[in-house]
Amino acid sequence: MTKARPVGLFVPCYVDQLYPDVAMATLEVLEKQGLSVDFPSQQTCCGQPMANTGCDGQAEPLARRMVSLFANYDHIVCPSGSCVAMVRHHYKNFFGADDAAYQHVRKNTFELTEYLTDVLKVERIGGRFPHRVGLHASCHGLRELRLGHASELGRGVPTQDRARHLLSGLQDITLVELSRPDECCGFGGTFAVAEEAVSTMMGCDRIADHERAGAEIITAGDMSCLMHLEGLIGRQKKPIRIMHIAQILAGRPVDAEGPR
Amino acid sequence: MSARDEILANLRKLNLAVPMLPTLDADWVRFDKPVEQFATMCTAVGGTVVPVPDKKAAIATISALPVIRDAKRVCSFARDILAGNVDLDAESDPHDLETLDVTLAEAILGVAENGALWFDSTFISQRTALFIAQHVVLVVTKETIVHNMHEAYARITSPRPGYGVFVAGPSKTADIEQSLVIGAHGARSATVLVVG
Amino acid sequence: MSEATATHSDHPKRATAFIKDHTRAQWHDQALWFVRTKRDRAVDLVPEWQTLRETAAAIKAHTVARLPDYLEQFEANATAAGATVHWARNADEHNRIVLQLLQRHRVSRIVKSKSMLTEECHLNPFLEQHGIEVTDTDLGERIVQLRKEPPSHIVLPAIHLKKEDVGDTFSEHLGTPKGLSDPQQLTEAARLHLREKFMQAEAGITGVNFAIAESGGIVVCTNEGNADLGCSLPRLHIACMGIEKLIPRIADLGVFTRLLARSATGQPITSYTSHFHGPQKGGELHIVMVDNGRTQIRQSDDYRRSLACIRCGACMNTCPVYRRSGGHSYGSTVPGPIGSILSPSSDPAAHRSLPFACTLCGSCTDVCPVKIDLHHQLLTWRKDLASLGLVAWTKRFSMVIASFVMARPWLYRMAGTWGKRIGRWLPRALLMKGPAAWMNPWVRSRELPPLPAASFREMFRKRSRTKE
Repeated sequence: MTKARPVGLFVPCYVDQLYPDVAMATLEVLEKQGLSVDFPSQQTCCGQPMANTGCDGQAEPLARRMVSLFANYDHIVCPSGSCVAMVRHHYKNFFGADDAAYQHVRKNTFELTEYLTDVLKVERIGGRFPHRVGLHASCHGLRELRLGHASELGRGVPTQDRARHLLSGLQDITLVELSRPDECCGFGGTFAVAEEAVSTMMGCDRIADHERAGAEIITAGDMSCLMHLEGLIGRQKKPIRIMHIAQILAGRPVDAEGPR
Repeated sequence: MSARDEILANLRKLNLAVPMLPTLDADWVRFDKPVEQFATMCTAVGGTVVPVPDKKAAIATISALPVIRDAKRVCSFARDILAGNVDLDAESDPHDLETLDVTLAEAILGVAENGALWFDSTFISQRTALFIAQHVVLVVTKETIVHNMHEAYARITSPRPGYGVFVAGPSKTADIEQSLVIGAHGARSATVLVVG
Repeated sequence: MSEATATHSDHPKRATAFIKDHTRAQWHDQALWFVRTKRDRAVDLVPEWQTLRETAAAIKAHTVARLPDYLEQFEANATAAGATVHWARNADEHNRIVLQLLQRHRVSRIVKSKSMLTEECHLNPFLEQHGIEVTDTDLGERIVQLRKEPPSHIVLPAIHLKKEDVGDTFSEHLGTPKGLSDPQQLTEAARLHLREKFMQAEAGITGVNFAIAESGGIVVCTNEGNADLGCSLPRLHIACMGIEKLIPRIADLGVFTRLLARSATGQPITSYTSHFHGPQKGGELHIVMVDNGRTQIRQSDDYRRSLACIRCGACMNTCPVYRRSGGHSYGSTVPGPIGSILSPSSDPAAHRSLPFACTLCGSCTDVCPVKIDLHHQLLTWRKDLASLGLVAWTKRFSMVIASFVMARPWLYRMAGTWGKRIGRWLPRALLMKGPAAWMNPWVRSRELPPLPAASFREMFRKRSRTKE
């Protein structure tokens, strides 16, 4: 019997360096679904930070590298909505419409939760997570990839929320209700530094919303949002913790240590 | 070159593909009970809705309204309902209306989705009267209430030259700390009689 | 530019100043979020909301493409109805046309209802320089006029002010009792004060929400009744509009009147939706159509869609950055997401911080009633600003370095390993405080991310070896 072709694991550069367990958890979640997973080791960065700063010239060579590295995989999976959105929506500036490799990669790069729900059709990820969890709706995943329902679209636009669907399947989990279900965390890439005051206020407001809702843990599909919130939580020595959704789905225990 | 010619020439320099102008025949909202919906929305926008069975009842109800009873100067654009005591025509000076207490007018139609009423200069000889009066009393018959704005626009014909206005409730503002205040520069109240 | 407040918009600096008063910044954020929730409730009651948006976007796209034809059609029909149509290439021409009309009629006192176009052209100071008394009659506009401030929001001009601030202003200028801050009573005071102005006005200036090509009519949407009082009491009505306000048919108003108020304030419709076809009997109606850079925006494939804007302000209400920095931090006539797209067109250098005053969250695009791809256009502006050399060299340099490193996996691995090693070794004080905080704004309020010794690729390699 021929083994199924492996999926290509696309790991955001800062996850690789700063939050490697998120990528490891992603790997485990995919393998648990019976997939074999390849990590093309020459990958580095999708080019989003450069493109978001207006430096398309600096983003283009990285985009080309990404496409050529992943062109031979049937499916490419990434634990980040914003990186996937970069590939699916913003690589068009760098490739001709008839570039077969680009078109293939564009059509087959998936964010983790959408891959599990839409492609693998996972109904329930087994496991128990007896905690109060606040789900932060990372903006690129929400509004570029439509991974969930953006509150401003109104009830007339039903969209299945992938992350919510997968988390709800965990035993004993409580998903708390936020007062602003999908307000931006304020990271925004270089915005976090260039508009530090606004970025900080936005992050603090998100954390406060989760605290008022009684969340023990804030989770999201994008580690960039969580990195920003974690920075604020750490500085303010708050007890609330952050975990990437891949880590929750992979059955990681909640970090028992106190705040850093 | 005149500004007109220059602007048009600059616009025409660009040869743009013209996307189609959409037809407007989607399935726009319709209500099971449009008259009830009208009343609900009219109240929501600050109007005071008074249902009456017929014109006779409308006449009686209006003359008993406190704003009418207390009024010294009443302008009526619906003489069959209330005579009023202000003589007005297209030649009058609207400044004479400064002390107007109430304006009465009958709407050409009403819109269920938002509680709006349409008036135009066919019957309203001085548009100022609708805004300068301290209160307005407006009358609409059930049969003229349409479901939505698309239907409204299909039915109305704005006289040209002329004036028309959708009035939805009294004047209002929330410009001070988002606090809703009914009665800004126009009418302080809008009593709406729904007849039929 | 004559206006004092804004020739150079430095959003980060002004935003930081705004946020210094944290309680007030939170109050401002909550006030605008409240308006956003009112909009949401109104949208939920309209099952075909998305169809309306698509239809409106399609009407505007068609109209902008055929704009010269529709402008001519509008002019012919408006003239046939008895109005006089004027064309202005830019703000200066607009102001001179208005002044000439007023001088011809020997007008020295006018009332003006809300018109962002007249704000854009800085009409008020120009007329005042020529001895004409201008009273803004929209309550919010009157408040900021008395305070000598620009409006901070295109629909809610005084949203940045608390009722106590308004009370102080009215006490100073209208003689209301000191300390009175009840909105009802303050509005009553404004009503009486502005009634006098309406009665004494010799001309009324309004904006235009929609101009209808098919009939030559103009439509003005208000809640307070000030526009109608202002242009029906005096005999001279001057209506000022940008050329992009055209729509082809009266029937199209069915779409736009259903979208505008719900998007702006959550109301199903404004109190008054006034349709003017020609002047009133014995009066004059002058319509001044202004280009002022719109033709240029129309030429751009990237930004043409921004001409669809119906100035509802929904993008401002939903923008998490606008809500926490206030309209004045943008230093542009129209602030918020749409303003950050329109203003750089006229002066990219002055407004270069605006497309970056954004996290690209995309909420603005989702609320826009005419489906302008606001956050995508903001991203495109960043690219254009970089091409114009208007992105800070520090930012660009760091991206050049980052791109260089990322293109070379061996260099990337080395930078990661050594960067973290050094980071773990350096004392916290050096990394997080003093000069570090100045060089790296991240650490002002945030801890640095963890600096784990092993990267994922190293862990994966180890794991693969173990598996074999």
